[in-house]
Amino acid sequence: MNELLRRLLFLPQQSSTMAESIDELHYFVIITTMLGALLVTLVGGWFLLRYREGRIQTHPHDYDIGAKPPLWMKVAAVFALFTLFVVWWAIGMRQYLELRIAPQGAFEVEVVAKQWMWKYTYPEGGRSIAALYVPAGRPVKLTLTSRDVIHSFYVPEFRIKQDVVPGRFTTVWFEAKAAGVYEILCTEYCGTGHSVMRGQVIALEPGDFDRWLEGEDLGAPVAGPRYEQPWVVGNTAPAQELDLVRTGERAASTQGCLRCHSVDGTPHIGPTWAGLYGSVVPLEGGGKALVDAAYITESMMDPLVKMHAGFAPLMPSYLGRIRSGETAAIIAFIKSLRNVPPEPVAPTPSNDGGAP
Amino acid sequence: MSEERDYRDDPGGTSPFDQANLSFPPDYLRDGRGIRSWLLTTDHKRIGVMFYAIIVLMLGLGGIFALLIRTELLTPERTVMSASAYNRFFTLHGVVMVFLFMIPSIPNVFGNFLLPIMIGARDLAFPRLNLASFYVYCVGSTVTLAAAIWGGVDTGWTFYVPYSTSTESSVFLVAVGIFILGISSILTALNFIVTTHTLRAEGMRWLDMPLFVWAIYATSIIMLLATPVLGLTLVLVALDRIAHIGMFDPRLGGDPVLFQHLFWFYSHPAVYIMILPAMGVISETVCTFSKKPPSSYWAIAISSLGIAFVGFFGWGHHMFVAGMSEIDAGIFGALSMFVAIFSAIKVFTWTATLYRGNITFTTPMLYFFWFLFLFTFGGMTGVAVATQSLDVHWHDTYFVVAHFHFIMVGGTITAFVGAAHYWFPIMFGRMYSERMGLLTSTSVFFGFLFTFVPQFLLGNAGMPRRYYSYPPRYQWLNVVSTGGAYLLAGALLLTLINLLVALKWGKRATPNPWGSRSFEWMTAAIPIKHNFETPPVISRGPYDYHLSEEQAHARTKAR
Amino acid sequence: MPARRLADQFESLEKQEHAAKFGLWVFLASEILLFAALFGLYTAYRLMYPAEFARAAGHNNVAIGTINTLILITSSATVALALWAVRGGLKRLASGLVLFSIGCGVLFLILKGVEYNQHFQAGIFPGEAYRNAELTGHGAELFFNLYYLITGLHAIHVIVGLVVLCWLAEGSLRGRFGPGNQARFELGTLYWHLVDIVWIFVWPLLYLLRE
Repeated sequence: MNELLRRLLFLPQQSSTMAESIDELHYFVIITTMLGALLVTLVGGWFLLRYREGRIQTHPHDYDIGAKPPLWMKVAAVFALFTLFVVWWAIGMRQYLELRIAPQGAFEVEVVAKQWMWKYTYPEGGRSIAALYVPAGRPVKLTLTSRDVIHSFYVPEFRIKQDVVPGRFTTVWFEAKAAGVYEILCTEYCGTGHSVMRGQVIALEPGDFDRWLEGEDLGAPVAGPRYEQPWVVGNTAPAQELDLVRTGERAASTQGCLRCHSVDGTPHIGPTWAGLYGSVVPLEGGGKALVDAAYITESMMDPLVKMHAGFAPLMPSYLGRIRSGETAAIIAFIKSLRNVPPEPVAPTPSNDGGAP
Repeated sequence: MSEERDYRDDPGGTSPFDQANLSFPPDYLRDGRGIRSWLLTTDHKRIGVMFYAIIVLMLGLGGIFALLIRTELLTPERTVMSASAYNRFFTLHGVVMVFLFMIPSIPNVFGNFLLPIMIGARDLAFPRLNLASFYVYCVGSTVTLAAAIWGGVDTGWTFYVPYSTSTESSVFLVAVGIFILGISSILTALNFIVTTHTLRAEGMRWLDMPLFVWAIYATSIIMLLATPVLGLTLVLVALDRIAHIGMFDPRLGGDPVLFQHLFWFYSHPAVYIMILPAMGVISETVCTFSKKPPSSYWAIAISSLGIAFVGFFGWGHHMFVAGMSEIDAGIFGALSMFVAIFSAIKVFTWTATLYRGNITFTTPMLYFFWFLFLFTFGGMTGVAVATQSLDVHWHDTYFVVAHFHFIMVGGTITAFVGAAHYWFPIMFGRMYSERMGLLTSTSVFFGFLFTFVPQFLLGNAGMPRRYYSYPPRYQWLNVVSTGGAYLLAGALLLTLINLLVALKWGKRATPNPWGSRSFEWMTAAIPIKHNFETPPVISRGPYDYHLSEEQAHARTKAR
Repeated sequence: MPARRLADQFESLEKQEHAAKFGLWVFLASEILLFAALFGLYTAYRLMYPAEFARAAGHNNVAIGTINTLILITSSATVALALWAVRGGLKRLASGLVLFSIGCGVLFLILKGVEYNQHFQAGIFPGEAYRNAELTGHGAELFFNLYYLITGLHAIHVIVGLVVLCWLAEGSLRGRFGPGNQARFELGTLYWHLVDIVWIFVWPLLYLLRE
């Protein structure tokens, strides 16, 4: 029944421990709403039909100027509605308190939102961008703040949401029922990149999670539906370099590179990687540079020193945040895209999603 | 001399060629020719008509922005414009629709035209202030639209800081424009309040006033008291932009959430400014076309005041996830639900009025029927989003967008268009084509459903608002919604064309074509400039259908 | 003296004047909400930074603040007396009293100017330009921002009020107002009373609630 209603109402999966009870209140409220509106409309429609002019002409006694519903009916209707509202408010308030107050012993992560990415800092110093790694089956509490404007951290599958405000800290908590990948969407308008400021909560089995926290690279693919990115690499990587390239592709995703760099020529916040390796690019402040391994490495560690002209200075430095193996893999990945032609109708790079 | 004339003898709608032969005063449309007599008029009816023209234009403009938005949303990525253009268009859609259309619509068009007539007055209390309000509105609209052209605004109509204080778009100009529009609002409200208190005809007590007057009165109280707060808040944003006086800037210790409190203190009561007049229209049409008094006059009148009062205390429900305390959230949630009880009382009363009535099914009645469903459903989804735990999921998603469009379009615009048809004869002396009216009304309804029902589902599925690009799984619902939007736009255009055609070629209206008892229909077919030859003396209620039309006229005339 | 013209929509002069007065009260209600927004902001920030607000208020010149309050109260009294004089047909007394009130208003603004200057000397400017080394901290800056906003908005209303008073002075001297014809005069005095009453709320918030 729950599953049927969930699907009918287009609700996402109930992937957190709170989701199902929230959805149950949702069904109660929405079904009552629909039935109530339908009832009023049907009664109104029935009256419009039954007391229409044509019929009154043949049944004049049906027309009664003084006809009113009895007082008890009015009082009962108001009372019923009032009671309904009180019940909804009470349940909603209780659930709201549960949503707001994190249980003891939650795993804590600090989140910084900035245009247009989510950055996470884990206890004992681990960091990631866009992908939030958490243990499944355990409460996770996030402490959030913003570096610039108001954002909002929203995971539809968990039914959680929290505005992220500059100058103060807000908190939100959730517990993922099972390992999987769950989409994060920014849901407070924050500028040109608002709709691409997304991420994933990657919930791992406790064992896997501990290993990840210790720095181990998890070989096995993460369980659950893969987050669909708008730019999909698939068949353009050369066969012989598949392993390094695949690792590079995965690293580019988890490190957040694909938040700003497309791989098929679509213009975005950063330069596209399609056809980039081996090309000569103009630099901010004049001059040119050949895009080779050295240039890419330097761009990752010190992005602003030889910035590609025509893009906003938004890229963070990955110095100390990325292992050299991953760097090499990403370079290999970029190299594998050197023959991808940019899309024929691509406009100039700097006007779509670039900061003003 | 004119006291002996029966207004019903007047065939109404005289042609300009007859004017020389008339001893009877000309109607307001023909009393004074030439553009100066319109631009410098103090006649509340002419001012209402001037507002009418501009406001319909603004509705069209806001609608064009909406179509642009919906067209862009046909595909998950770029369709026809860049992200920064999109952000400007959704902001302008909101700004134009809320401040240039919705807030002034029914009050400044139908309120202006009808309020004095309904209470038996010759004009508003301050006619020149009324004209001033019109010109201030024009100036404010010009400045606001200038901001649109000159750089555009990309903050959303809610102007949340710090984005609005740091973005490069024309926020200063649009803030000034809306501030000026606020002045127009306040002047109109002042005029309506004083008029209602002081210009009622002899014999008309408060409980003898038509319900539309109560609605406009309650609306005016909100306009008067809430608009200054918005004005000041926008001034603070403007000052931050030009002088860096950052009252909400976290770098200076300010709290961005305080902006939200101040902004919503106006903008939540503002939605009651938008719906109360619509409810007033509905009250009038239901009674007229059921030939019955409202099943409880008192319930509708008092609930209008109740909505205005309690509506001031619900603003925090826009901020459940903004970082307010749980107790505050609980209070705001409860009060927000409370307002819905007043609305429910009205819905119940209107439906009960139909019971054992003698119903003429005209276009305004069909609009009432759509309103009944759309407003009830939309209003109940309002109670749903007031339920705090559910709002956590729905806030800032398309569910909220669908909710408020159900009320604003399904409620207010439906009533606005219904009013356009209902009062068409008295405003222009013509009848519109009933068949086309019913047809266009039905297409409006279905266009509306296709546009906004998918948006409830999109919100449930988690699609956030103000998204330029979206995950591909949301696409097909977006496509349906866009199709509906084009249908709705076409239907509204056809509705407008039907009325424009009627203006020129419609059958001439006789006085009181609907057989109403409400006071505005007791005038000539088209009212004369000062509404009445001699001030009426009232000795009956506005919905006395137990009296014949002759008796009703007799009890409205000067002795 | 010239008779007041009865407008078309009113039955009688009495009703017309009543409507005008009622209209002004309605307008004053909206003005009160305008200031209330700023007072609300003040309250919120005061609760956030209680100690800093108290310290910053201590820096304000309470002498000037209090004198200004007395000046405005006096001017309200004289303007009320002027209305009484108009009712009694005492043209010159009425205009004299109004001129005195104008003088008070001008003195108020001068003292405000002196006070602003004192603040500028101490580096206390609104917004980003704030430079005071002694009262640092967000709370102090916010206090002074609010100080400038509230007193600035009030000063604008004082200036408008002075223009209204000039019109009253001229009108009573020329005999445009007199016994039985003082409705518009009364409206002008009501506006000035609003200016005074707002200040009576401003004074404790900005000057008296100090450490």
